[in-house]
Amino acid sequence: MGEVIVITSGKGGVGKTTTTANIGTALALEGKSVVMVDADIGLRNLDVVLGLENRIVYDLVDVVEGTCRLKQALVRDKRFDKMYLMPAAQTRDKNAVSPEQMQKLCNDLKEQFDFVLIDSPAGIEHGFKNAVAGADRAIVVTVPEVSAVRDADRIIGMLATNDLSNPLLIINRLRVDLVKRGDMMNIDDTNEILGIDLLGVVPDDENIVISTNRGEPVVIDEDTMAGRAFRNIAKRLLGEDIPIMDLDEEDTFLDKIKRLLGMDKNKKH
Amino acid sequence: MISLFKFFSKDENKSKDIAKERLKLVLTHDRANVSPKYLDMMKDDIIKVMSSYMEIEEEGIDINLTRVANDDDTYTSTLVANIPIKKMKNIGKNNG
Repeated sequence: MGEVIVITSGKGGVGKTTTTANIGTALALEGKSVVMVDADIGLRNLDVVLGLENRIVYDLVDVVEGTCRLKQALVRDKRFDKMYLMPAAQTRDKNAVSPEQMQKLCNDLKEQFDFVLIDSPAGIEHGFKNAVAGADRAIVVTVPEVSAVRDADRIIGMLATNDLSNPLLIINRLRVDLVKRGDMMNIDDTNEILGIDLLGVVPDDENIVISTNRGEPVVIDEDTMAGRAFRNIAKRLLGEDIPIMDLDEEDTFLDKIKRLLGMDKNKKH
Repeated sequence: MISLFKFFSKDENKSKDIAKERLKLVLTHDRANVSPKYLDMMKDDIIKVMSSYMEIEEEGIDINLTRVANDDDTYTSTLVANIPIKKMKNIGKNNG
């Protein structure tokens, strides 16, 4: 029996879909069987981020309405062993699915997969309730900005009333240069405000844009900072104890020299 | 060494500290606007605890979260509860 994890944020545009795609791919690279469910009905995007947009025949709504069998709607990612996408419907209204139907779908999926990742839509309305309906655990994605952190706080409260009391936090798009000069909230600031366990920190990395252009999750490339961050997140989900580097700590003299020479490529996040 | 580097970096008025302070304030307000469901859950728990000490009139209970203005233009969230008591229990005797 697998585990259903919902990836949510409240605010849009903080990187839920990218996070879902990369954690899913990283878990598949670790040898786990993974299905990613796009719960953003009417505004699907997980398919393009994964580069699977041309292979969709049926979708989530077709499964729920009985138009096709569960297996028929699952899109297999040929680049990996056991990685699948359950696409959202693009031409339907989000009210086409009920929380009870989502719960049933999640239960069916976790019998076949080690991990079921639900990519939640933005907002706190019907789509959010659907996304969390069948979840065993929740991941909250935020960026270190006031608007995103405020919405994350709201979502943490809503998760608690949906029996998901201990969500894990991912701080996305952290800009080390801004943090260093005190113009962006650091890991401790964000943690202190939200008060939930930290799962990982993903630095702002242009490779995300490049990989999304190509439809290849950034974790495939081990040399990218964001890729390494997502691999670490997946390993932590699997119970490995991998420390999160404190980016805010004072640089050693050697670090400063390395930075000047552009040699600090070995930083872990 | 550290103090030398500190000398070159300005420590005052960091925008991230302003962000943090603003967030803390706005979240105190946000969190006070809890859902009626949450308030009902709390109400049930309060009734449970109080019932072991006294008989209370459940229909007459009125529990609300409100904001009370402070002198310095800030607000403090306050729980205001009005709970009519029918009879006190004799705890000493019951505990035997």
